[in-house]
Amino acid sequence: MALDFEKPLEEIENRISELKKLNEKADVSFDTEISALERKLRSTSKRVYSKLSPWETVQIARHAERPLLRDYIAGLCTEFLELHGDRCFGDDQGIIGGFATLRQHRVMVIGHQKGRSVEEKIEANFGMASPDGYRKAMRLMHLAAKYKLPIVSFIDTPGAYPGLEAEARGQAEAIARNLTEMSLLPVPVIVVVTGEGGSGGAIGIGVGNVVLMLSNAVYSVISPEGCASILWRDGSKAPEAAAALKITADSLAEQGIIDEIIPEPEGGAHRDPNAAIESTGDAIVKHLRRLKKMSAKRLIDHRYDKFSKIGRFKSRK
Amino acid sequence: MAWFRKSGKKTPGASEEDLWTVCPSCKAHIYKQEWEAELKVCPKCNYHARISCTERRDLLIDAGTWREYAGHVTTSDPLVFSDAKGPYKEKAAAAKAKTGLKESVLTGDGKLGGIPVSMAIMDFRFLGGSLASGTGEKITLTAEHAARHRWPFIIFSASGGARMHEGIISLMQMAKTCAAIARLNELKVPYISVLTDPTTGGVSASFAMMGDINIAEPRALIGFAGRRVIEETIKQKLPDDFQTAEYLLEHGFIDHIVSRKDMKEYLHRVLQYGKRR
Ligand SMILES: [Zn+2]
Repeated sequence: MALDFEKPLEEIENRISELKKLNEKADVSFDTEISALERKLRSTSKRVYSKLSPWETVQIARHAERPLLRDYIAGLCTEFLELHGDRCFGDDQGIIGGFATLRQHRVMVIGHQKGRSVEEKIEANFGMASPDGYRKAMRLMHLAAKYKLPIVSFIDTPGAYPGLEAEARGQAEAIARNLTEMSLLPVPVIVVVTGEGGSGGAIGIGVGNVVLMLSNAVYSVISPEGCASILWRDGSKAPEAAAALKITADSLAEQGIIDEIIPEPEGGAHRDPNAAIESTGDAIVKHLRRLKKMSAKRLIDHRYDKFSKIGRFKSRK
Repeated sequence: MAWFRKSGKKTPGASEEDLWTVCPSCKAHIYKQEWEAELKVCPKCNYHARISCTERRDLLIDAGTWREYAGHVTTSDPLVFSDAKGPYKEKAAAAKAKTGLKESVLTGDGKLGGIPVSMAIMDFRFLGGSLASGTGEKITLTAEHAARHRWPFIIFSASGGARMHEGIISLMQMAKTCAAIARLNELKVPYISVLTDPTTGGVSASFAMMGDINIAEPRALIGFAGRRVIEETIKQKLPDDFQTAEYLLEHGFIDHIVSRKDMKEYLHRVLQYGKRR
């Protein structure tokens, strides 16, 4: 499935496969044409992917084949004991979590799950969690604190679910409580933005000692579409809004919001999911090793300082 | 009322419009003097109109005891943001000129019925009371100030949510302010949240919901997602009282609904229970 800006690449790829088919049947050889096209493909893809617009990056971050939380768990964890329920109301599927052994480290994994199949997507509300999801996540984080387990939180959501039931059960309260209580967790908290970091729904599990981000992930105060419809009064101006909001990994690193960018394979994580998942694992383990050496008090202070520093304002008497 | 200064432009020979205020909710015509005497609460339908941060401060803080804190903090333009209606810089400048404020929240300390308190009062007139760098910084500094003095902290929220024009940094203010509230909790310093019309989006989903007690003015709009967004998502009509203070009381998210004229006395009574002992 090619995105709009990937069409030139798809054309070259199609021509290569046509020639390869002809090569098998015909007497003449197309080998030179094929290798020329392959060179062209490499240079074109370098050109296309090296200067993606923020809006094109959003398309990659939302790509249907992009690795999801369960792919990361399968790729990085030798064991995953999923734990269910918020002990209040239900077991939201928009956020999942449980004990996990991640490259030999026992940790608590939590994160948004968008779902792969249509059934999964509907069950998970496309990764838009309900208050029950945020409360389940907090319950698991308190459990991690009790067992002195580091927490690894994977963010990939369009936003918290905007629904009648979600409001009635306190979407605002659930997110607010997580922000407050996460700031006091006495264990390392590593946050990885793997796809879409959608607003309050993202930061609701995003208060980490370190915040990592895949190179084609985005993290934003509001969706580009939402911003465009409010500030441009025209949802189709989403590309402009995406640029103005500065939501790409590079921009967030410049703004001091994230600590490290995890490189993705050329074209995006979906082009080589295993490579993206392994790089993510490397980055997580690197920070785990460092943070595990810090005392509980130091971890809490470190997290407080990290967030209390964020802000760009002027001073005027 | 001493706390209320007339803002209307006085023209000689008062016209009809100068004498009457139209209630934004029930559209009743209220004699302006009565409207002001009622603290901008409609005597017909009990609608609590939005008031400025200074009006609210003067309603609550004992005369002559207010000291502004962190008043030097003002907006910057980290993203050099511009939208269809022009640059953020100009919008912020216009908001400052209109309100005389430097940010969307007024912060300081004073005495409430003799009890020293720290206070943050949001002002909806300043870019919709939006939460941005300066707002988050002022609330955090004032919470830390409260923590040092062990003074109860009171926030009056009035906000449409995070300020888009500062991008991700605005979103981060939710975590920053909540961390400051968490420290107050650790130190057992009382924190009371008062939700006024409107308290939505990122402000509802951060410090506004985290009070030891949460109280609200009657019929204040309080909610996380916008009504229209919800209706479009779930394709059904929402109940009329959806996301009102009364709805939140019924669903267990606020402790009490307090009328404007009773607010100071109510806060004073609550603070008696939070005294250090
Ligand atoms: Zn009325």
